[in-house]
Amino acid sequence: MADLKSLYEAILNGDAKIAHTFTEQALQEGADPVKLVDEYMIPAMNEVGRRFETSEYFVPELLISARAMKAALELVRPLLAARGAKPLGTVAVGTVKGDLHDIGKNLVAAMFEGGGFEVIDLGVNVPPEKFIAAVNEQGAHIVAMSALLTTTMPAMKTTIDALTQAGVRDKVKVLVGGAPITQKYATDIGADGYSENAVGAVGVARQALGLAAK
Amino acid sequence: MHQFIEQLLVRGPVVTDGAWGTELQARGLPVGEFPDAWNLTHPERVAEVARAYVDAGSQIILTNTFGANRIRLAENGLADRVSEINRRGVEISREAAGRRARVFASIGPSGKLLMSGEVTEQELSVAFAEQARALAAAGADALVIETISDLEEGRIAVTAACQTGLPVAASAVFDSGKDKDRTMMGNTPEQVAEAFTVAGADIVGANCGQGIAGFAAVCKRLRAATDRPIWIKANAGLPTLVEGRAVYEATPTEFASHVPELIELGASFIGGCCGTNPEFIRAVVRVARDGLVA
Repeated sequence: MADLKSLYEAILNGDAKIAHTFTEQALQEGADPVKLVDEYMIPAMNEVGRRFETSEYFVPELLISARAMKAALELVRPLLAARGAKPLGTVAVGTVKGDLHDIGKNLVAAMFEGGGFEVIDLGVNVPPEKFIAAVNEQGAHIVAMSALLTTTMPAMKTTIDALTQAGVRDKVKVLVGGAPITQKYATDIGADGYSENAVGAVGVARQALGLAAK
Repeated sequence: MHQFIEQLLVRGPVVTDGAWGTELQARGLPVGEFPDAWNLTHPERVAEVARAYVDAGSQIILTNTFGANRIRLAENGLADRVSEINRRGVEISREAAGRRARVFASIGPSGKLLMSGEVTEQELSVAFAEQARALAAAGADALVIETISDLEEGRIAVTAACQTGLPVAASAVFDSGKDKDRTMMGNTPEQVAEAFTVAGADIVGANCGQGIAGFAAVCKRLRAATDRPIWIKANAGLPTLVEGRAVYEATPTEFASHVPELIELGASFIGGCCGTNPEFIRAVVRVARDGLVA
């Protein structure tokens, strides 16, 4: 039998190759994919998040763990879909119009992927119309906006207003984040969720969609 | 120590300048617009900022070239203006400085993360070398690599800047970890000081990321980890948002009250980052140079 504890360790240590190999092996040996995800993969990412919160892990560790998680999830996802399990949801991520910063946005995208979400990366300097199109044409369940500058954060409100005007505000949950953003600002502009960092974003997304915390 | 730096420090700690972006905005730079382009389109307003700092008593002023590397210029449709924007940046500061201040030309990060493959080491190396050459050719006294969050990128920038033969200052952002004593990528002041020193930096420091109160611990640790002079440019404090605009609560006097401790802990170059303005520099000058209590 594949040593499943090693799958947990591989994700925690950010070893994508080992995570992939162990998952493949476990599945060949008939392991239950749901069990793999729920008992090993998600707990590993939770531990990564905990270590980030306590300053044991920093951005590099987050990135490599999210990559390992993604490598393992890619093997499991088609099996879950074949069983009729619904994917968690699709998140359209982007840095708002006028803002060209992509490091934070990319980190959040990596964490969403590691958390089992489908991610549509809209890039930087994203106008409201593109977020609307992601909802209308690609079925995004969540719009996640990033802004690094105090001067560009008002574009978050503009985008939320545009979603309302386009008649899709009710179809989608809006999450916001970035250095100058606060919970108060998120509430003031009518966002559905806010996270102070990339790790927290996954939990906020689950909550916004009414999924149980993991 | 680089001879030029040694001469600068003969009479004790040197006061640098404060924030530029907010000063340019106060002079009409539209929200979200790329400040470095103003070297070409509004040089007289950039010069006003430079002069305001010289008048406030800055012995070193920087240049409006923080984002003028090829990678960031390309995002703003200005990839073919690298040498022009950097040259004008130095010329503007040089003219404002006259014989009263030195010009340390600013080189900021690429805004891309090496680790996620957004940019390659080679691309960074080429971009920083190109910017450093342009700044040196325009007559900068020294180069300052600032606001570095990724030590790898910082090392590449320092190596590129050192090729000009000018003195090089290298400064990182400590804004992560529960004590805010790590860079975004998790590096400690000791690791940063060592890496910058080995890469050839003549001055090592910290800027941005947190209010001045948090800089004492970082300054002390940098001091202990390198024989190079220490450069500190702190934020005015933590910003609070008032109607969507960042407002920094620390006053110039409060800010300056931290300066004696920083000097005692080994800072040789002192100035301000986000949220500071010429009034802050005036207060720092009074404390640092004239020995008055804030």
